[in-house]
Amino acid sequence: MAEWFVAKAAELPDGDRRIVVAGKDEIGVFHHGGAYYAYSNYCVHSGGPACEGILINKVVDLIDADRTYQGQTFSDEVHFVCPWHGYEYDLTTGRCVGDSRLKLKKYQVVRRGDDIYVVT
Amino acid sequence: MDTVPNEVRKLNFDDYSTAKHLEHAAAQARARNFQDFLIVDVDAHHYENESYKEVFQYIESPVIRHDVIDSSQRPGRSALINSSVGNQNLGGRITRANLRRLQKVPADGRHRDIAMTLEWMDAMGVDYACMFPTPMLFLGLHPQVEIEVALCRAYNRWLCERILAVEPRLVSMLYIPFNDPEAAYKTVKDFGDQKGVVGFMVTSPRYKPVHDNAYMKTYALLEEMGKPISFHAAYSWEDRALQMTNRFISVHSLGFMWFNMIHMTNWVVNGLPERFPKLKVMWIESGLTWAYSLMQRLDHSYMMRTSDCPSLKRKPSEYMREMYFSSQPMEKPDDPSILEATFKMINAETQLLWSSDYPHWDFDLPGVIYDLPFLSEKAKRNILGANAARVFGLDTKVVKRIP
Repeated sequence: MAEWFVAKAAELPDGDRRIVVAGKDEIGVFHHGGAYYAYSNYCVHSGGPACEGILINKVVDLIDADRTYQGQTFSDEVHFVCPWHGYEYDLTTGRCVGDSRLKLKKYQVVRRGDDIYVVT
Repeated sequence: MDTVPNEVRKLNFDDYSTAKHLEHAAAQARARNFQDFLIVDVDAHHYENESYKEVFQYIESPVIRHDVIDSSQRPGRSALINSSVGNQNLGGRITRANLRRLQKVPADGRHRDIAMTLEWMDAMGVDYACMFPTPMLFLGLHPQVEIEVALCRAYNRWLCERILAVEPRLVSMLYIPFNDPEAAYKTVKDFGDQKGVVGFMVTSPRYKPVHDNAYMKTYALLEEMGKPISFHAAYSWEDRALQMTNRFISVHSLGFMWFNMIHMTNWVVNGLPERFPKLKVMWIESGLTWAYSLMQRLDHSYMMRTSDCPSLKRKPSEYMREMYFSSQPMEKPDDPSILEATFKMINAETQLLWSSDYPHWDFDLPGVIYDLPFLSEKAKRNILGANAARVFGLDTKVVKRIP
């Protein structure tokens, strides 16, 4: 096990993120909604920088009780998107939205004093 | 527990570099030793609209040149050059589409197009790329044929003079203004021996049947020159059938197959492979499943309806598997045996040519071919470069510099 420095906690405000080079791997560390999440930065699709794209909420169809379509909206579920091709991942689980059998490797994030570390 | 000194990167959406964006691609290229063999991309794109100021100066008609330049100064309103409704960049999810304008290129006198293109080619491990336009893929739907002819000629002249003549790693199959058969013939005649012109391309979304007699002399000329004709797919939400679709995924998935399926069907059923047996025909950016399906479909009907296509001496699929197919967007079914069967169906080892379609939203890396478990090393290298080098007559020396 190894711990890799991510940032001073004060320098990683909510909404920000870092890409940590951990040996031969890269890990994306997100600070979002008061929590930290860390995932492999290699998209399950073609190895793109999965954690380096935009964050965007899940798009949902609005289907009425009579099963008619009433448009679309954003839900509260937050996704991060691989910027190469648009593969979306659930920020809280790392699961691939298009196929929940696929997910990015998840890492533990720890805080030691003022410092944030990711554990491999 | 060990704490290890390490590199940490901040993300910056106010800056952009293709090399940085494709850092993982370069790592893949190094890991797979792409430096050791030739890779040719038969379908790559630039955004020629970023160079329209230059291109428009090549429009020969003073009236059309004036009108097009005037129209281009009013973005967001009706324009003389047609575009297409769409959502290629997935609502901003494909970040390079917006950020590429921030790319800094070396001030070494090279055209920005060349500098940006070579950067992604080196990152992927590509030696040569066949360049195609982007917005002009829809030009075949322009209601004014003379605009297609004028802009196509201007673009071809600009491309030959400013890009192909300067950079030997870039080649192109030049746009043919197919809606005007005489202009199509003249294009092949005038540009066929220009540096870097390795063939000619018809944008597929259009409504002129490929078997019209008016095109026969152009096909004959291409056959005589030994240059391929290619059909580059795209969608059109103006198409009556595709107007029934309501999402971009639908019009894109169907449209890129739809027009090429029609052109291929007309090409084969009307016996053009018998009339032009040495003409190299290439189908671009429709993926592979359409060919697999259409071969079976046409063969099945052909056996009952040979009188509909009396020029044919063999089954439709036998002609089709002598044609060339670009790979992207290569469908990857969960069951690899299905993909293997598709490769077998089109004689992929000699007829399939890898393409990236970069920088478009659904680009492929060379790894889509190189990582396939059912291909031999020789087959991989054929598909990634040797087949294209043979069809285009390219030097097979490796010239890339993977970072």
